[in-house]
Amino acid sequence: MRSDWPLYEVFVRGKRGLNHVHVGSLHAADDEMALHHARDLYTRRNEGVSIWVVKAADITASSPDEKDPFFAPSADKVYRHPTFYDIPDDVPHM
Amino acid sequence: MTATMPDLEQQFEQTIERDQRIEPRDWVPEAYRTTMIRMIAQHAHSEIIGMQPEGNWITRAPSLRRKAILLAKVQDEAGHGLYLYSAAETLGADRGELTAKLIAGKQKYSSIFNYPTLTFADVGVIGWLVDGAAICNQVPLCRSSYGPYARAMIRICKEESFHQRQGYELLMTMMRGTEEQRRMVQDATNRWWWPSLMMFGPPDADSSHTAQSMAWKVKRHTNDELRQRFVDMTVPQAEALGVTLPDPHLRWNAEREHYDFGDIDWSEFKQVVSGNGPCNAQRIAHRRKAHEDGAWVREAAAAHAAKLRERTA
Repeated sequence: MRSDWPLYEVFVRGKRGLNHVHVGSLHAADDEMALHHARDLYTRRNEGVSIWVVKAADITASSPDEKDPFFAPSADKVYRHPTFYDIPDDVPHM
Repeated sequence: MTATMPDLEQQFEQTIERDQRIEPRDWVPEAYRTTMIRMIAQHAHSEIIGMQPEGNWITRAPSLRRKAILLAKVQDEAGHGLYLYSAAETLGADRGELTAKLIAGKQKYSSIFNYPTLTFADVGVIGWLVDGAAICNQVPLCRSSYGPYARAMIRICKEESFHQRQGYELLMTMMRGTEEQRRMVQDATNRWWWPSLMMFGPPDADSSHTAQSMAWKVKRHTNDELRQRFVDMTVPQAEALGVTLPDPHLRWNAEREHYDFGDIDWSEFKQVVSGNGPCNAQRIAHRRKAHEDGAWVREAAAAHAAKLRERTA
């Protein structure tokens, strides 16, 4: 007998001031149950102050097959980094 | 753009070589995928079946404090199983199928859980020795090459520490009690010591998976290395507790700087692995019953969710 509970991905905010971080997944019949299960499964020891759950099927991800070409535009723009610019050592606060 | 097979294989090898992690949608050799699914599923099943030996004592815990601790511990085992099933699913395994394979006896779980828990001292000894051995096995797995498995192991290891300490504390309490309580602790230690050593798996010479798993950095140490580490850690703990480990050959070897220990009865291990341990049938039957008895809940929740979707559509 198989249940058809969908897979949810779980994101937890550890404490105020931090981003939500992906912690794992779980199965639940609906969104509300997913939240309850996420609380029971991923925050048994005060690991979080806020939880997001999202159906895994609703996540759009970049394809691992094309990871190099996909991120290539960011690799050849060294001038976006502060270390690209030579500033004399004696110039303060820069 | 599609990469060719040799490119993909090279990328995989390089990732492992550089000690980086393999992540869910990366290309991996089919053998890596099946090895990881086998390892993670077996580990997940062990956590789930591992709820039973101690769950056996929840209703009969000697105090509310011990009952609350034991409940929390068994709940953690369930949680560990679920973290691991979640990791297995990132490799394309289906959770329902994994459970189906477990209750059909087609996938294994740790043999240690096929031994019975005869007294409440067993709860303490399981925490001390069984969880202690599990920690030895699991700490290096936090650096396993498969990212989701490594991350699940980090969470699990943090929680296992509570498991081991509550067990040891329970035993210390019993050792301060009556003569009968001390006998119970010694008896439980006698029964669990050798099975705990078997938890590390067969000797390196007979371990079919070790070489490949080490090359893939799925495993970081051999079975015998980890077993030795466990023995070395445990002997002083036994001394502090005041129990005798049931091995006349156990003694410090100054040359090796390790404890020597006696031969393990591998015929017993093989018997238990192949299904003839004291509780194999009972463990699977219990898991099967829980799964089947819960079917209506899963169906009802799915029906309720479908009805809600219709109403809001």
